[in-house]
Amino acid sequence: MNTGTPVQLVDLERSYGGVRALDGLTLDISPGEMVVLLGPSGCGKTTALRILAGLEQANSGQVRVGGADLTNTSANKRDMGMVFQAYSLFPHLTVAENVAFGLKLHGRSLAVRTKRAQEMLELVGLVQQGDRYPVQLSGGQQQRVALARALAIEPAVLLLDEPLSALDAKVRVQLRDEIRRIQLEVGTTTLFVTHDQEEALAVADRVGVMNAGRLEQIATPTELYSSPATPFVAEFVGLSNRLPAAVDGDVAVVMGNRIPALPGSARAGVALVRPESVRLVADKLGAATVTTIAFLGALSRVTCTLDDGTTVLGQLGSSDAIALTLGDRVRLDLATTPVLVVPAA
Amino acid sequence: MIRVVRWALLLAFAVYFFIPLLAMLDFSTRKIGGAGRTLDAWKALGQDSQLTHAIGASLALAVCTVVLMLVLLLPTMIWVRIRLPKMTRVIEFLCLLPLTIPALVIVVGISGVYAWVNYFFGYSPIVLTFAYVVLVLPYSYRALDASLSSIDVITLAEAARSLGAGWYSVIVRVIVPNVWPGVLSAAFISVALVLGEYTFASLLGNYNTLPVAIALFGKSSGTISVAASLASMLFAAVLLLGLSFFGGRRRMSKGTSS
Ligand SMILES: Nc1ncnc2c1ncn2[C@@H]1O[C@H](COP(=O)(O)OP(=O)(O)O)[C@@H](O)[C@H]1O
Ligand SMILES: [Mg+2]
Repeated sequence: MNTGTPVQLVDLERSYGGVRALDGLTLDISPGEMVVLLGPSGCGKTTALRILAGLEQANSGQVRVGGADLTNTSANKRDMGMVFQAYSLFPHLTVAENVAFGLKLHGRSLAVRTKRAQEMLELVGLVQQGDRYPVQLSGGQQQRVALARALAIEPAVLLLDEPLSALDAKVRVQLRDEIRRIQLEVGTTTLFVTHDQEEALAVADRVGVMNAGRLEQIATPTELYSSPATPFVAEFVGLSNRLPAAVDGDVAVVMGNRIPALPGSARAGVALVRPESVRLVADKLGAATVTTIAFLGALSRVTCTLDDGTTVLGQLGSSDAIALTLGDRVRLDLATTPVLVVPAA
Repeated sequence: MIRVVRWALLLAFAVYFFIPLLAMLDFSTRKIGGAGRTLDAWKALGQDSQLTHAIGASLALAVCTVVLMLVLLLPTMIWVRIRLPKMTRVIEFLCLLPLTIPALVIVVGISGVYAWVNYFFGYSPIVLTFAYVVLVLPYSYRALDASLSSIDVITLAEAARSLGAGWYSVIVRVIVPNVWPGVLSAAFISVALVLGEYTFASLLGNYNTLPVAIALFGKSSGTISVAASLASMLFAAVLLLGLSFFGGRRRMSKGTSS
């Protein structure tokens, strides 16, 4: 129903007193794309989103939406739907009235508003709750209504600031997938902000990893995971073992294994190796001892300690992990997945 | 046991409040120099033109004070919460200041100003509105502040703005409906204060407001004066009940409007 609008953030800077919340953030979002900004708390994600929404002013830089410069346009003229971290439904209005609120401001007739609110509630699966008040809804339902309310005005851009962080784990996963389904259905260009990497990897077309007010890397979830461009990305996204390594040309030598080194690797230091790249094979002559086994359902995580004290985390199918017991000797093999080598800290 | 104590307390309060009122009723319906009852004093209330003017003036003052107070205070408080949270203490201090200064001191302080107010706006009790807004500031501030604290003003305002609301819509369509109980109680207490205020009205220019008129009557006719005080108290009580009923109704029926 919506072909999508391109968004550009150009060299945004924003300081609060001495704190640089944004330090030259540049980000291009294609029409209809869902970009997730991922980063630790305090890295400037919310600030970036709020500057795009017009709720905050940048010290310098530009916000362009659909080719137009919106840098100095006020928030209520920007045509952006926003879902907040805190519950933000208007308590004095029913669910349906909340959804219709933006349309009323845009001067739509009652008939149009009612129809559209109904459609939006169908989209988020809350038609039955139209006459309720926000206090009568669960947290997950309130965020769905907030999403319906944001989309009702057919915004150029949809903005979501950690919309799931106040919900419990199960609802979080459900609603996350639903947000993605709805976003694909309406085709609205979307910026989603979160500190939860699993959430980011699950819903994004592209994930932008932020650190200290700048973008470290922006890439598809698979690319980000398999080819992190910087040590920060490698360590922030997914778990990593830090294993001593030497780089020879474009090959890293890690514990006797020769593995391709990713571009940007240091000459020597530690390789960041994913747990799923570590293969544990029971072997009486192996170099490591199993120290913990954590059962996670289909997968298990096993830590073992080398004779020099280095601990290595491996992830394997639970059916394979059953064969291991604490204290077993194991041999470690590394998959030939490319790794990033960073200078030892 | 607790029930007994509760009822005993309630009874004690009822006696404390109602005995003076009943005494007033008794006094205002006595026949002077004789036995029996008469409503002469009460009838005189509606017939004395000075008194009817005073009633009108006090009502107009109450309305103007409430309106001006809300127009000044509510947007300011919302703005401070959203944009200038650092100013909260300052605003609070300024609003509570009138509480700490005796009315007489304020009167002495602003009587010079009122010479000018009278010069510009003419000599009419309505000009007391300016002084009364200051007078009701501490109470109104408290009522509105409690209400504003009960909602997430910043997030609601931002949500409304992202949906296309200008500041006027944010305040009128989003914030005010959600702080309506606070607005009502600020209005109540202002009305009650204005209807009973004597010091300013009398000393700033002997304006003909209800309390001033009642005091004046006290010197000529005791029964009429007491009837007028009782009437004004009853009137205030009815007004407040009516307002709270109206407020309650509004909240109940909000589901049907859109
Ligand atoms: N209104 C503000 N006043 C002062 N400092 C702020 C304000 N907003 C954000 N900051 C600071 O800017 C940095 C980035 O904040 P934010 O964008 O909220 O981070 P994130 O959303 O990634 O957790 C933080 O260090 C934060 O303390
Ligand atoms: Mg944040």
